[in-house]
Amino acid sequence: MTSDAKKLSLLLLFIPFALWIALLIVLPHIGMFELSLKEKIAPRVYEYSLANYKNFVTEPIYWNTLLRTGGVSLLVTFLALLIGFPVAYYIAKVAGKRSKGALFLLCLIPLWVSDLIRAFGWILLLRETGVISTALQASGLIDGPIEFLYNDATVVMGLVYTVVLFMIVPLVSTLDGMDNEMIEAGYNLGGNGFTVLRRIIIPYAMPGIVAGCIVVFMLSAGSYLTPILLGGKNSSWFTEQIYDQFITRYNWESGAAFGFVLLIFTSFVVWLGLKLSGQTLSSTVAKS
Amino acid sequence: MNTSTSVPDLECHQISKNFGSVQAVDQVSFDIPPGSFFSILGPSGCGKTTLMRMIAGFESPSNGDIRIKGQSVLGTPPNKRNVKMVFQHLALFPMMNVYDNIAYGLRCNGVKRADIDRKVGDVLERVALPDLAKREIHQLSGGQKQRIAIARCMVLDPDVLLLDEPLGALDLKLREAMKIELKLLQHQFNTTFVYITHDQSEALVMSDHVAVMNEGRFEQIGTPQTLYHKPATSFVAGFVGESNQWRGTVVDSTTDSISVDVGTGFKAIATPPPGAGLASGSAVTVFVRPEHISVDRAHHAAADASAKTNELSGTIDSLLFNGANSRVLVRDLTGELIEADITLTGGLDDPKPGESVRLSWHAASALCF
Repeated sequence: MTSDAKKLSLLLLFIPFALWIALLIVLPHIGMFELSLKEKIAPRVYEYSLANYKNFVTEPIYWNTLLRTGGVSLLVTFLALLIGFPVAYYIAKVAGKRSKGALFLLCLIPLWVSDLIRAFGWILLLRETGVISTALQASGLIDGPIEFLYNDATVVMGLVYTVVLFMIVPLVSTLDGMDNEMIEAGYNLGGNGFTVLRRIIIPYAMPGIVAGCIVVFMLSAGSYLTPILLGGKNSSWFTEQIYDQFITRYNWESGAAFGFVLLIFTSFVVWLGLKLSGQTLSSTVAKS
Repeated sequence: MNTSTSVPDLECHQISKNFGSVQAVDQVSFDIPPGSFFSILGPSGCGKTTLMRMIAGFESPSNGDIRIKGQSVLGTPPNKRNVKMVFQHLALFPMMNVYDNIAYGLRCNGVKRADIDRKVGDVLERVALPDLAKREIHQLSGGQKQRIAIARCMVLDPDVLLLDEPLGALDLKLREAMKIELKLLQHQFNTTFVYITHDQSEALVMSDHVAVMNEGRFEQIGTPQTLYHKPATSFVAGFVGESNQWRGTVVDSTTDSISVDVGTGFKAIATPPPGAGLASGSAVTVFVRPEHISVDRAHHAAADASAKTNELSGTIDSLLFNGANSRVLVRDLTGELIEADITLTGGLDDPKPGESVRLSWHAASALCF
């Protein structure tokens, strides 16, 4: 192949990706950013200003919602790590070669069902007339029906359930790469189970942990369906505010500004997390 | 030093291990005196790694007892045994630097900070890498990693140091150098080393005593010289060093000489194994090492032929030049290839393929099992 033909084939292979990034990510964001800087001063008359961002800062309900979304997402990330790590460790280090694949597949199966259906699954279980409430009444443990939906705990649980897989996958791949000798050496040199976990396994798995946390945090902070369906109107999720601005109030300028605020906020949290754990994007997400 | 010098550092008494129906280690007993270099040599799958993992505590024996400095350690978990291990791939912790790798064990034992500093410095000095404390593991060369892995164990002052084929991953030149270095380190620390390998030259060069293991059993324990010159079983004779082998049946036997018909018309005179009177008609294998066979040109043989009891003639098939360890492959009249050591000087005198030669060796150097 001549070098020209080589260049051409490279170009052709690269084009779909470039188009995807340019048309679906970069262009819309430029448009949204422009939109977010506009202020309506009369019907069909707009002027560039920072009014939309000013509005976000001066209205406590908005930034409180954002902080709440961030806080709950951090909690979700932490819980997903707490649940995902033992699962990943079991799959990567304890399970035999054959059961490993089967277990991994079991973790993947929920992904075959759409988010919406899974959320409705929770609703079927948790609503006042749902499976759990009815079962508890039938067994005589409670007298009247209980509504398990529409509270923060349910939202957190639903989110953890949705995102935990994205924690397990990078953890399994990093732990898989860890030589069993390393763990045995940890014991051989005098460490107990806790020391080996703290000084050897967790530091070794750090890139996978950080990668999983970034993905899970982003997914959780940006999720819409689960908090709305399981948390109802009280969920006060920031994506709900954005939806409100766009659809209910038909205030696209403000909605665009909120979208950017969310993007900047989550990027900042991820940056802070990377700084605190001493990792970089290329050593974590790009690696797995 | 007190009276404990008489107590072996490590004793294994009749230990066995089975995985399901597979007998990995079968009734192995041995004891290792303090400060010696002991090797366990065997082909892969012979159970040597299982044996080592039992000593380290990662597996528990199905039967038998393991004693360290006279104390049974069967109920002791791996992190409480004073037996340290250098793993096959060394298992240095990549997320820690050299200092932290060595300090890890000390910290686990709750040693004070100042003592850790001093001990890590000392041990680095002893493995001759005093300036490497702040290096990351991936910055070290293969030989340096090896020495750090040993230092990491030795800093804890173990009763026994186990080494599981740690030279396997190194290239040939470095492996040769590390053999000598390991022996020197063992001398310097004066700790009992138990070295597992399938490479006989590693075992022979470094060890005070070698145990040859096969199919879960110890075939023979002895000094390298004993194993090489006086193997106890046919497995040891075949596995340690190189040999020409002939299968045949005994036709005549006395206490110090035995004659074997190897089926090609050639009757080999060999030395029988001590104690075992081999009856006429029993199937045996004769082993002769290449360095015991002398090669003479056919037309001026017989110079001292009377002294050698075995003689064969053949033609040179090929020469395997390897400096001082050159070999010649001789095809005998029945078509069998026989290896013999030879000196190739590079002069015109050297034998050439196609020449007829006469091979001869003493009955004393032909062993028979």
